[in-house]
Amino acid sequence: MSVPAVEVSDLAKSYGSTLAVDGIGFTVERGSVLALLGPNGAGKTTSIEICEGFLRRDGGSVRVLGLDPATDGEKLRPRIGVMPQGGGAYPGVRVDEMLTLVAACAANPLDPAWLLDILGLAGATRTPYKRLSGGQQQRLSLACALIGRPELVFLDEPTAGMDPQARRLVWELVAALRADGVSVLLTTHLMEEAEALADQVVIIDHGRVVAQGSPRELTEQGEDEQHLKFRAKSGLDTTLLLTALPQGCRVSEPMAGHYLVTGTVDPQVVSAVTSWCAQQGVLAQELQVGRRSLEDVFLDLTGRELRS
Amino acid sequence: MTARFEAGTFTPAPGAGKPLRMLLTHARTEAMLTLRNGEQVLLTVLIPLALLVGLSVLKIIDMPEPRVDSVTPRIFALAVMSSAFTGQAIALGFDRRYGVLKRLAATALPRWLLVAGRVLAALGVVVLQLVLLALTAALLGWSPSPSGLVWTVLLVVLGTVAFGALGVLLGGALKAEVVLALANIVWFVLLLAGGIIVAADSLPEGMATVVRLLPSAALTEGLTTALVDGRVPDWSVFAILAGWGGGAALLATRTTKLV
Repeated sequence: MSVPAVEVSDLAKSYGSTLAVDGIGFTVERGSVLALLGPNGAGKTTSIEICEGFLRRDGGSVRVLGLDPATDGEKLRPRIGVMPQGGGAYPGVRVDEMLTLVAACAANPLDPAWLLDILGLAGATRTPYKRLSGGQQQRLSLACALIGRPELVFLDEPTAGMDPQARRLVWELVAALRADGVSVLLTTHLMEEAEALADQVVIIDHGRVVAQGSPRELTEQGEDEQHLKFRAKSGLDTTLLLTALPQGCRVSEPMAGHYLVTGTVDPQVVSAVTSWCAQQGVLAQELQVGRRSLEDVFLDLTGRELRS
Repeated sequence: MTARFEAGTFTPAPGAGKPLRMLLTHARTEAMLTLRNGEQVLLTVLIPLALLVGLSVLKIIDMPEPRVDSVTPRIFALAVMSSAFTGQAIALGFDRRYGVLKRLAATALPRWLLVAGRVLAALGVVVLQLVLLALTAALLGWSPSPSGLVWTVLLVVLGTVAFGALGVLLGGALKAEVVLALANIVWFVLLLAGGIIVAADSLPEGMATVVRLLPSAALTEGLTTALVDGRVPDWSVFAILAGWGGGAALLATRTTKLV
């Protein structure tokens, strides 16, 4: 059990002249959750599919449960669970038939009926796959990934197309997997998801790792850059507030009615903000002191522009 | 937060299922999906049935009497080709499109089982087709030669495997829409000019030589020899079917893509 669940180093893969993955490296420790975070087209799915043995790498080394997925696929697959992006099932297959088929491929499967029940699919067991909603298809795909009691689970954008309740459920599931010693490698472009689930986050962009660490390590990198956020009436004159604040603090209104104070946020700063609000005769709502969110880190690293 | 799941629920216990169970579950699922698909039933059951009745009753094409005896082996060959080749190719093309192959390839199902399950499913469907066609033929007065039945079974199995391999070759390599078009065109051409409806012997000499080498003609000729004449089919029939099947299978292992 000493080998890590996944060990990737210097991974390279190109499609024609396009470099999809360019020197990515990370390690998923046993029983931990690692999130590959990145914008669309960053190389997340390519990386995960190389680990699953679906794609061949052009360079670098990959060890999954101590095996090379490119050559030991048949030995590896019984030990892993895979949730591919966008699911995958016969259009006409009924939910219970599909899960029964995948369960038959495992030595000690979970009870399909129980799994469908906890995933909220108990009412849809006889529904053909093509008539499921996107979120239901995702949940069936997740069930297929978990049914065989794998040691390691690959989840490629597990909550894409899910409503908030279903997403919450998936988060609980991932936490339960981790608690039971299952290793998880997932991809997401939801910061909140990475922050909530992952022991380690690897931010990738243009096929390269731009940052990695625990969510805490990543968000603490700018420790002196704390912030205080609050909501109030839009268009308030903040000049007076700025004079009341300690040196080095900045005040801005990035969105109408959303105010942001950055700098070293101490009790004095909080007090200055609240008394200024009192002077202005407004109530500061949702007043919040915080570190940078993972989203801030992510946007700082990958840019705020929309990719074409 | 994890209160919903008792500790130990997901404790790893990985491993592959028993091969026979995997094979049978896979084959059963595939067969059920085929029988539930309206277009597939049209192709595999209704068209052969209509041709069996039509060609037996109506004297459109010259055939030795009793007509039903001459028609039935040809319709058997058509049924095998419809299921194992056209049906399999189209199903595989779209299964790839919908990520089914990738889904299954991500399980413990070994690659050989992925193919074996489909072939077994096709065989199951072919048996159902032939039983239905044989019963209909019997109602029309069909009197097969009992001594040819063993050879019929062997030819049907070999034909299903050969056409199945060709179906996998086509369905596993091209885009779903292209597969759909090609599989239907090939089906139509082989039906009319591939030695099924019109026997290779009644074609012009040059064309007949080529047509005799086709799997459709070989299967039709073999089944006719067995069921009408009650004789052992010529060895070349088996060689042609095995050649097409083996060649296609070999090529398919190189060209078949999961997506």
